[in-house]
Order: sequence, then structure tokens, then C-alpha cells
Amino acid sequence: MLIKTSRNGFFHAVSSEITPQHVYAGRRDLIKLLASGVAGVALASMAERQALAQTAVLTPRPGKLAALASVKSTVAGARTVEKVTDYKDASSYNNFYEFGTDKSEPERNAHTLKTRPWAITIEGLVKKPATFALEDLLKLSAQEERVYRLRCVEGWSMVIPWVGYSLSALIKKVEPLGAAKYVEFVTLADPKTMPYVSSHVLDWPYVEGLRMDEAMHPLTLLSFGMYGEVLPNQNGAPVRLVVPWKYGFKSAKSLVKIRFTEQPPATAWSKAAWREYGFFSNVNPNVDHPRWSQASERRIGEDGLFTRKRKTLLFNGYEAQVGQLYAGMDLKKFF
Amino acid sequence: MKTLLLHRFAKPLAFVLALLPFAWMLLAASTHQLGANPAQALSRATGDWTLRFLCLVLAVTPLRVITGTAALARFRRMLGLFVYFYAVLHLMSYAWFDMGFDLMAISKDIPKRPFILVGFSTFVLLTALALTSFNRAIKTLGSKRWQLLHKLIYVVAGLAILHFFWMRAGKNNFAEVYVYGSVLGLLLAWRLGSGRK
Repeated sequence: MLIKTSRNGFFHAVSSEITPQHVYAGRRDLIKLLASGVAGVALASMAERQALAQTAVLTPRPGKLAALASVKSTVAGARTVEKVTDYKDASSYNNFYEFGTDKSEPERNAHTLKTRPWAITIEGLVKKPATFALEDLLKLSAQEERVYRLRCVEGWSMVIPWVGYSLSALIKKVEPLGAAKYVEFVTLADPKTMPYVSSHVLDWPYVEGLRMDEAMHPLTLLSFGMYGEVLPNQNGAPVRLVVPWKYGFKSAKSLVKIRFTEQPPATAWSKAAWREYGFFSNVNPNVDHPRWSQASERRIGEDGLFTRKRKTLLFNGYEAQVGQLYAGMDLKKFF
Repeated sequence: MKTLLLHRFAKPLAFVLALLPFAWMLLAASTHQLGANPAQALSRATGDWTLRFLCLVLAVTPLRVITGTAALARFRRMLGLFVYFYAVLHLMSYAWFDMGFDLMAISKDIPKRPFILVGFSTFVLLTALALTSFNRAIKTLGSKRWQLLHKLIYVVAGLAILHFFWMRAGKNNFAEVYVYGSVLGLLLAWRLGSGRK
């Protein structure tokens, strides 16, 4: 084949990940500029902002919660250079139905969530079922900062610097059996601290699922923090899943149980509306939600009221990294 | 009460009050008070206020009859036109914020999605009512035909609730739909009951 694509094993960087040569060549100048205090001028252009993202160590902390130290991730695709969403927006515009169906409610209501003591139980088709205390989970592997795009099924997106490590690190510890084909994620459903768990909006507890190869993909993150600090309650404290190439609802919050199964788990949203929310729910501009188009999205905090929405990318722009997981699959059928 | 309603400033005052939600939206949008997703906040707010004015305008006749306050009828047309005003804003926020005024994309989107098709049909019906709301139209149509045409407001109410229900259906979140649905249902039921007498 003369034409190389990801189908025949050619994995190229997406264009947003390539630093333009003039920026690359000029990064030392930029650091000098920063040091001499004229950064404001230097930051004016997009190219230089990209260079800054390349050279900056980690996203600055907002100073709201306890710090969670991390190193820059070296996983391919794990550090987009797009502008990071404001912490205020990322922590006040949330879908966390256990605390309310309006996106402003989780921030108001989630203070009741008790994040200590906390543990995750691992069960099902594994050689070493176990219960991990949060303290042990935090130390299980090196905490990395990963800057991921987050695309909500509702048509908006953010860019969030998560702190955590690949879920595969935990999976390897418990040694799944050969029969384990799927991973089920069960989240907390405590009617005492979560006001909406007594409602019938969803079938609680909120359950999500991944295919084994998806769960093992290095981009699939077990996250404990964001913006250099521990997770705010409304963002799924103390530990959650982040799967950047799938719609946001796949990234289950406040995990209490991980179960390895042979059959695909019945996930909360596919139980509620199976025509609208499939098991895979990969970000895909070509497969519309029955009630709205998925071709474009509004980036929170960046795209103004009257700016055209930006085009949504296949697999949320992570095609180079995850495309091969779905080679030969009809993505319209397996949505 | 009656003298208050008949006061010459009563109508201008109602007009200003009815514009307050719009003024709040403008103020909130220009001072970044609409949260992380202003486009969605405006779509929701304009939709909510369309429904609220629909409830108000349909409450005029029952209130007038039950309380025997004929003067209330003076406000009916204005309230009806405010339903249309907020419906126009609602449609505009979809066309502009969601679809970037891409008329081709909009014309493809409307028939493809039942919930948007129902919303748009409701708007078309409301347009017919707004266009025939002035006195000359009543004269031209003749009051019988005009009244028949304006019975469409009941269809509008049903479609508006269906549109709202479908919008919330995917999320199983019907509390507000039930509130508006029962208010409108009650107002329509009163008409059926009083018509039989």
C-alpha cells in the first residue's frame, strides 16, 4: 500500500500535537521573554501559546483543595496543547446526577460526599480479587498529569488536566482471567449523602463498562485529581475513570467496585435509553444522537455565543491512539 | 382591583413586567452571569419563559370567569404576543447559537429530529396566531372563523409540552415537564368542563 493509514499500521501524530518548526526553534527565546517579564506580548499568538504548553511543567494549581503531586505523562496523546478550561467552569458545570440533574447542582450539593475512608473492591473474573484502600491506590503507580479533551454527549467540550495513572496498572495487579472480556465500573450510590439516589432518574448505582482492550489502553485513566489538586467532590472524588475518546458519561465518578465479566455490563445510560446511548459511546461526529447532531461542539469558556461551534473529531481526536481498537467495526451499528 | 386593571398605566406596566425576563437575559449575558455554557442557558431560559407566558395567557379566561373580572381580558392579546416574543427568541437561540445560522443545516436538522420538528411546528402555528392578532384581522376573518383559528392555542400548548417532554426524555428528567403539563392540563380541563355547562 502506497497510501498509509491507521488501518495498515501507520500511526501519525495529529496535527495539533506537532509543534511548528519556528516555534520549536524559538522556544528558548520564549523562555527568555518569560523570564524578562514581557510574557504578555509573547502570549498573544497561538503558536507561542502552544510553545508555552510544551515547555511549561504542569498546569498551575487553583489553590482550592489539597495538592496532588504528579509528573508530566509520556503516554502518546496524553498532553494536548490546547488551552486548558478554567477551573471554575470545570468544577461548576457538571453532570453528576446523584447530586442533581441541573449542571450547577453537583457543585452546590456534593459537599455531603464522604471521600474518606474509601476503597475500591475488585471482583469477578480475576486471579487476585482484592479491596484496595484509597491510600494504597494513590501509591500504586506514579501519578501523572494528563491534559485530555473531554467531549460531553450533550455537545460541549472542555480541556482538563487530570492527575492519575493508566487503569492498566491496577488491572495488571489483579491478573484478570482469560475469560474476562469486559470491565464493569460500579459507583457509589449512598442515599444518605446523595440526594438524587432516591429519585428514579436513573437505575442506581450508576454503572459503566469497557471492553477489556479499552480498559487496558494506556490513555484510559484512573484519576484522583485535576489541576494539580485532589478531585473536587462534584468531579467524582476521590477516584474516577477518564476515557478521553468516549463521551463524558462513560467516565464514571466516585468508583467503589471494578468487576471483570464475560458479558458486556448493562450500563446506566443504555438501560435508561438504549436507543440513544450505546455501550461503546465513542465520540463520533458521523453518528448523530437521535435528538441532536454530534458533528460539532462548543468549547466551554472559549467559544462565544456567536462563534460557530467547532468540528468534533472522530474518537475525540484520539484516532491515532485508539483507532485500531475498532478496526473493521461498523461504528454506526456499535455506537 | 377592577379600577387598578382599568388604570391607564396598567397595560404599559404589564408590558414592562413581561419584558423583565428578556432584560435579565441581556444583562446576564453581557455580565457573564450565565455560567459555563451561556448558549445553553439562553436556550433554556427562552424556552422556559415561552411556556410560562403560555400558562399565563391560558389562565386569563378561567380567571376572568371565575373571579368575574372582565377587565382581565384587556391583557390577553398582549400576553399572547409575549408567548410569541419568547418563542421567537427561543427559535433564534437554536438557529444562531446551535446552528450558526446555517440555513441549509437548519433545514436538514428540523425534519430529522422529531423533538425539533415539533418545536418548529409549534412556532409556525404561533406565527399564524400572531399574524392574525390585530383588530383588522378579526374583522377580515369574521369573528367565528377567527375564534376557530385561535383555538389552535390549545394545539400549541399540547405540542409545546410534547417538545419539552422529548427534550427531557433522554435524561429521564420529567419533574418540570409534569409541572407545566399539569398547569396547562388544568387550564384546558377547566375549559372542557365549563363548555359542557
